[in-house]
Parts: sequence; C-alpha cells; structure tokens
Amino acid sequence: MYPGPHNLAQNGAIAVHPNGAIAIRTNDLCRHYLMGQTLIRAVDGVSLEIRSGEFVALLGASGSGKSSLLNLIAGLDRPTAGSVAVHGRNLAQLSREELAKYRLHTVGMVFQSFNLIPTMALIENVELPLRFAEVDRSRRQPLTRQALARVGLEGRLRHRPSELSGGEQQRASLARALVNQPQLLLADEPTGNLDSRTGAEVLDLIRGLNQSLGMTVVLVTHERALAERYAQRLIFLADGKLVDAQPNYPAPSMPTTFGDGR
Amino acid sequence: MKAYDLVELAGRNLRESVLRNSLTTAGIAVGVASLVAMLSLGIGLQQLAGRRLGKAGLFDTIIVTSRRDFRALNREEARNGPPPAQSRALDEPARQEMERLPNVLEAFPDIRFISELRYQGKPHLTMVAGLPFSAKATDAFEGMQGNFFSSDAAPEAILQKSFAEELLGIRPRPGSASEETKVADLAKPLLGEELVMRYAERVASHSSGPAGESLVGAAYTVVSRQQALKIVGISDLDPDSMRGSARARLFLPLKLAENLHVMQPSDLRDSIRSFSNTTTYLTVTVRVKSPKQVQPVQDAIKKMGFNTFSILDATRSLRRFFAVLDLFLGIFGSLALAVASLGIVNTLVMAILERRREIGIMKAIGGSDDDVKKLFFAEAGAMGVLGGVLGVALGWGIGQIINIGTNIYLRRQELPPEQLWSVPWWLVAGAITFAFFVSLVSGLYPASRAAHLDPVQALRYE
Repeated sequence: MYPGPHNLAQNGAIAVHPNGAIAIRTNDLCRHYLMGQTLIRAVDGVSLEIRSGEFVALLGASGSGKSSLLNLIAGLDRPTAGSVAVHGRNLAQLSREELAKYRLHTVGMVFQSFNLIPTMALIENVELPLRFAEVDRSRRQPLTRQALARVGLEGRLRHRPSELSGGEQQRASLARALVNQPQLLLADEPTGNLDSRTGAEVLDLIRGLNQSLGMTVVLVTHERALAERYAQRLIFLADGKLVDAQPNYPAPSMPTTFGDGR
Repeated sequence: MKAYDLVELAGRNLRESVLRNSLTTAGIAVGVASLVAMLSLGIGLQQLAGRRLGKAGLFDTIIVTSRRDFRALNREEARNGPPPAQSRALDEPARQEMERLPNVLEAFPDIRFISELRYQGKPHLTMVAGLPFSAKATDAFEGMQGNFFSSDAAPEAILQKSFAEELLGIRPRPGSASEETKVADLAKPLLGEELVMRYAERVASHSSGPAGESLVGAAYTVVSRQQALKIVGISDLDPDSMRGSARARLFLPLKLAENLHVMQPSDLRDSIRSFSNTTTYLTVTVRVKSPKQVQPVQDAIKKMGFNTFSILDATRSLRRFFAVLDLFLGIFGSLALAVASLGIVNTLVMAILERRREIGIMKAIGGSDDDVKKLFFAEAGAMGVLGGVLGVALGWGIGQIINIGTNIYLRRQELPPEQLWSVPWWLVAGAITFAFFVSLVSGLYPASRAAHLDPVQALRYE
C-alpha cells in the first residue's frame, strides 16, 4: 500500500473495480497529419471506453497508431476530429494550460526510453512533477522518497540515470509517474528496452499499482504474451483503426504479426 | 513553478554546460564592462571639468554689464531690452538693488584699471583689480602665500605669481613646467615690501568749462597720483581663470580701489551723455548663494534692464558637449552589450536544440508552456545578472588601471594627479539592471520557442 497521508486508495475519486465509472471514452477519435503530400491517418475513427481501475493493453504492430492514441489520451496531442474524454472532460476543448494541468495531476506516463532527465539525480527527476505542481518544499522530500521506495530504489536517490540499469531507470520513471498520485497510468512500451525478466518486474509493479491503488492502466505494447499475462482486456489496432476489442481470453484472431519482443 | 524552484533549476541547468554558459556570461560581462568603462570615463571627465571650474568659485557668480556699455551694443541680448540710450546706468543705486534681490550674497563693482607700479625704482605695467573682502572665504586663494588684506581699505596688495616673477626679474621659459618657480620662493623676498602705484584720478569739477561756457553734462579733471602699497600676499591664482576680476595681476582691497576714483574708460563715455555726475561701473559682479540660484537671479537682473553673463551660460555648451559625449560613449558601450545579447540568444537557442527532449519530458510530466518559458527566462536572466556583476567589476578594474596609468603619466609631467574615472553607484545598479533586461529581451525568442515545442515531436524516439 502506498504509505503516508497521501494514500491514493483513500481518494474517493478512484474506482477500484474494473466495472466502475467510465474513465476514458473516445468517440470517433481521429488524428490525421500530413507528411509531405501524404495524409497519414495515425488514429482513424477510434471509439472505445475504458473503465476506472481497468488494466487495458493496446496491441498492434509498429505504425498501427497505438502510441498516437496513447498520446491523445495523455493530452500530449490533440485530435483532428472526434473526442477523447477523461473523467467526463473533453480534452479537445481544454486550453494548453489546462492540458498541462491535466497531464500534471491526472496522468502519469512511462516511456519505452525512460525519458529521465540525464543531468538530474533520481531524486530530482522524481521531484520535478512536484515542482511543477508547486508542492511545498517541505512536503516534496517525503513524497519523493515514498515514490522511490515503492519501486525499490530508496538506495539510489543520488544516482544519475546513466549510473543505473535499464530496469532501474524504468522503475525510477514509474516513481516519477506516481509521485503526483495520478488516476491514470499510461505506459508506452515500458518493457521495450528491457530484457524479459526486468520487463516482467516492471509490469509486476504496474499491476501492483493497478490492484492496490486502483489506478487505471493503459499499456501500449506489441508483445502479446506480456499483454495477455497482465492486462484484463486487449485492444487491437491496425492502420489507426480498432480491429477487435475483447476481454482477455479467448484469444482473438490476430490481424498482424508481432515481434517477439526480445 | 515557484520562483525559488525556477532559480534553482536555472542555476543547475547553467552549471550543467559550464563552458558554454560561462563563455556567454563572459560575453555579457565584457559588454557591460565596456559600457561601464565608457560611461564612467564620460562622467569622470565631466566631474573633472566641473571641479576645475568650481574651484575658481565661478558657478555662483553673475557678471552684470550695462546695456549702455559699448561692448554690449549690437549684441543679441541687448536687442531684447530697451534701446541702450534709454536703459539704466550701472551705478551705486542699481548695485544696491541687486544686492537686495533674494539669494544674492553680495554685489560688488568690478574695478579694473591699468597702472604703472614701481618696485625698487623700476616701473612695471599691469592690470590692477579691486578684490572684495569676501574673496577671502572662497577657495580661489587657497594656495596663497602670506595673508589676505587686513581690512577692506588697507593700502595693501596681493600679487599674482607671474607679476611677482616679473618684479623679481625671473622669466620662466614657456612650456617648461618642471622649472616653474614655487610660490613660496617668490613670497620670501617680496612679502612686506613696498610698491608704488601710479594712477589717474578722476576729480569731479563743479566749475564751469573753459572760457565760462556752460556745461551740458558732467565735467571732471584728471589728476596723476601715486599710492604706496604693502605686499601682503602672493597668489598662484591662474590669471586666465574667469573670475570677475580676471586677468589682473595685482589685487587691491575693493574699498581702497573705489576710493582712489581711478579714471575708468566708462567715464569718458559718460561725459558725452547728458546725465549724471555720479560714478557708473563698468561691470558689477553678483554672487549668489548656490549655483542653482544663478538662473533666477540672472533673470531678475535682466528684468532690471542689464546684460548678464554667468559661467553657467558658458558651461551650457560644455554640458551639452558632455551630454553628447556620454551619449556616444554609451552607444559604443551598448554595442558591445548588443553583441553579447546575440550571444545569449545563440546560447539559449542552442540549449533548446540540445534540450529538446528534456523540454518534451517536462511537458509530458505536466510542465506548462509557461513553466518552460519561465525556466529559459530565468536562465537568461541569471546569465544577465551574473554577467552584469562581473562586467561592472571588470569595468571598474579597467577604470582603475587607466586612472593609475594616467596619474603615472601626469606625475612624470609634474602635474597633480587627477581622478579621470568615476563609477557612481547609480551606474553600477543601472548597468546590472540593464544587463538583466537585455538578457530577458534576448531570452524572449528562445523562451517562447521552447515553450511552443510540440512534446510529441520532442519525445519522438530517436
């Protein structure tokens, strides 16, 4: 359990059960852009619902649009058509400032390449979202330590990312995603740069967060085996379109081939 | 983001690429230093000029002349008043009226005449001037040997250095400053000695003119007289300085000079006019309480119908010259700072390219456009303040070196040392503030560019 007074599970806004309120709803969501003369339909009319506390995997080949869809949900990108609503708020209608606030307080993100700031020690990396959130200095230190302890990095506070292994870096970025106690955890290929054992460790941690804190998790991956092991529901994308959305098992017919991860 | 977080993050970012940022900061420092150096040279020169003129006690002095004075005829200011023939005479009542004006310390006539002086039987010709007793208080006679006049009418004289040299038969070679005789050496043989002054006294004549003709105006007789004078002081006052009794080489107490009724050039002129048998003055010197009151007093005297001249009139063009000089020096200094600000723009734009991913990360984890913008601003501002402080120190150092160098040169020329360089506190504060704002302006473009970076683009896996 997340220790201290900022216990996420005490937050009534979070539905712990997969069958709770709708956390994410997209309606005919499109993200098109021009690359030279060609119109790229990265996301092309996706409508889906993800409930609070659900652990969902977005599966698809490279270029299938799963990362683009995740960026739209994360509020990093804006749709060219359709809508994406998180907890009832249509992200397309938020200002840049409001979107930043949304990313700060509602979303935690984990990336394939970790995206830790190389010049900062772990503790500073994890502290950064708290600085943006203007959390008091005195409260930042304990929050940062708790988040790092949660991912088992309490002994590595003063290390820079380059001094850590891939798995440790990914756990640090998970701590950073957690520190502002978001309701949504969006993970973009979090195991892509890790070997299968450390990958599994990271996903174990994510599943722990999903189960103990009731965080809604959207995992983008092309490793079907991992998705099947951890996610409650698999969503398949190809060419920016939803192919099949189904609960985990029975196995769907795969429209594309997947790499075996490593 | 809170201010202290911004400062802290900006500081750590600057420390991360020490070389580039310190080079940029050094660029700003050099710019600020050149600005400070140029301006403090301008200010120093201005203060030097002011000190020299102020020492002569001139900034509080107004010289009043009559519009009737032939020297003033056809001058522009003369045309602004009544025609010369109808304007007031510069006489005793007028002098007293001037003395009663607010903020006027004293108004005394300027008595000057050329006279022959005999010392040890040999004649010497020079300009003699009456000196008011109040001159004792001014610093104009600071370097004087001997004493000031014992009273306002004592038969005593103060000699100007060059006249003392003439009396002793010393002829300084022009330009050889090193061989200049010391005032003290001149004073030893001369103090307490007697001089005999020959002059032409104007004696009012109340009798009728020759052959019993009736007089139209005044009549007087000119009588040759002589007066014994005791030398009480030798002054090193520059005879070319612009004091009211300028260019005289022998000074008498003013009352004594007045009582001698020496024939003045104006007497001749007055004799062809119909009025008065009273004495008129060539010029009257008015001293005011402070330089600030020169202008209003000058205006009041002009209103009385006289022409006035003050050193302020003369220094007006000097001050304009210095204003232009300061402007040009400032522009040259600012050019260096402008170059330095391009350095800031360059450094920050480079930093954006280099930290593209970092900016993307900050946005992805909840940093707003504003946070990113402020961070880049803080970095630019920090470089500006740091560069400003270093630049002021550097500029001050350059100034000190130039000062020392100049004074070594002046000492070799046997001239007194001068403070050419002046860095007033407002220049220090102004330069740092200026550097700070220039940096912020330089940061405008990079900061807004960083703020508008698309996080998806910035984070795209390379």
